[in-house]
Amino acid sequence: MIEVRRIRTQVEDIFHEFGPRAAAPQRRGVLAVVLGNPFAHRYEPDIQPMMDAMKPLGVELAQRLLEAMRVEPRRIESYGKGGIVGAGGESEHGHLWHVPGGYAMRTLLERHGVSTKAIVPSNTKVGVPGASIDLPLTHVNASYVRSHFDTIEVSVPGAPAADEIVFFLAMSTGARVHERVGGLRADEIQGVDGLR
Amino acid sequence: MPVEIRKLIVTVDETHREMGREVKPPTRRAAAVAVIANPCAGRYVEQLDELMAIGEALGGLLGTRCVEALGIAPDAAESYGKAAIVGERGELEHAAAILHPKLGAPLRKAVGKGAALVPSAKKIGGPGTAIDVPLGHKDAAFVRSHFDAIEVRVPDAPRADEIVVAVAVTDSGRPLARVGGLQKSEIEGKDGLR
Repeated sequence: MIEVRRIRTQVEDIFHEFGPRAAAPQRRGVLAVVLGNPFAHRYEPDIQPMMDAMKPLGVELAQRLLEAMRVEPRRIESYGKGGIVGAGGESEHGHLWHVPGGYAMRTLLERHGVSTKAIVPSNTKVGVPGASIDLPLTHVNASYVRSHFDTIEVSVPGAPAADEIVFFLAMSTGARVHERVGGLRADEIQGVDGLR
Repeated sequence: MPVEIRKLIVTVDETHREMGREVKPPTRRAAAVAVIANPCAGRYVEQLDELMAIGEALGGLLGTRCVEALGIAPDAAESYGKAAIVGERGELEHAAAILHPKLGAPLRKAVGKGAALVPSAKKIGGPGTAIDVPLGHKDAAFVRSHFDAIEVRVPDAPRADEIVVAVAVTDSGRPLARVGGLQKSEIEGKDGLR
C-alpha cells in the first residue's frame, strides 16, 4: 500500500529581510514524500487502513527532517504539515496525513524534551505536477504565539503525478525574522491547553 | 565574505522508485541556493570585479553545502551545475560575472576535482521565478546517463535588487538511465569531455 517514490528535503536559513541581521538565522525545514496513491482513479470508501499503514513512515520521515535541520531538537519551536493529491485522487486522500504525520512530529519532539501540546496546522489540496502549496507553521506548544505564525511555500517539481500524493512535514527554529506585531509571547506560554 | 546573503536554502532530492521499478541505490541530487544583494543593481558598472569575487565565495560555500547535504565524501560527487536569476534592476551580465570567471575553481575543489565545464543557465526574473540548473558529469561532459537538470525556485526571490545563485551536485546519474552513450565506467577524465 505504501510506495515511496521520492523524498525531497529542504532546509532554509533566513538571515534577514532587509532589517537588522539576526544573531542566529531562522531555520525552516520541509520534508516532502511522494507516494503512489493506492486509491487513485476509483472511489474507495475505506481509506483509513492507509492512515495506519503510514504511521511507521511518518515516524521515519519526522526523524529524517529533524536530522536534516542539524539543530538540537530543543531548538524546534514551530511545525506544520500538508499535502498535495494528484489529479487522479480526491482531496480526502490528503487528510490521511493528519495522524501519521502530525503525531509523528509531536511524539518525536516530546521524546527530546520539547513539549508539543499544540495542534500541527495543515494545508492540503489537489494539484498538478509541480503545484505549490503554502504550509502554515505555528508554535509547537501554544498556537496563539503570534511571533511564530508563519507560512512556507513549497513544491516538488514533477509531482504529484495523477496517481501520486505528496505529503509534507515542516519544522522551524523560531519566530519570523523581524517579528514585531506583538501578541502572546513565547515566554508567556502557560503550556496547558496547547493554545496559550 | 564579500557577499551579503539574505537566505540560504539547501535541498536534497532522492528518487526511490520510477515507473514501478526500484531505483537502488536511490539517485540523489542536491541544490544549494543563495539569495544575495546585487551590489551593481540599477546602474551600469564596467568592471564587475565585485561580482566575480562574490562568485568565488559562493562557489565554495554552495558546493560544500551540497556535498555536506548529500553526506558523501567530495570525491563521490558525480555531476555538477550552476545557475543564476538576476532581479529586474540588474543585468544578465551580472549573472555571468558571478558564475563564470571565479566560481568554478572552488566548486571543483568542493567536489574533489572536476575536469568538465560546469554547465550553467541564467536569466532575469522576479520573485518565484524557476530555473532549471543543468547537470553534467564533473569529469566527462559526454557521459549520457548524467545529462540532467534540477529545478530551483525561491518563492520570494529575487527581489529587484537581488540575485539568486544556485549550485547543484549529485552522487549519481538519472534513475534507470538506459539510452546508451558514453558510460561512467569508460571515462578517461583528462579533457573534461570523455
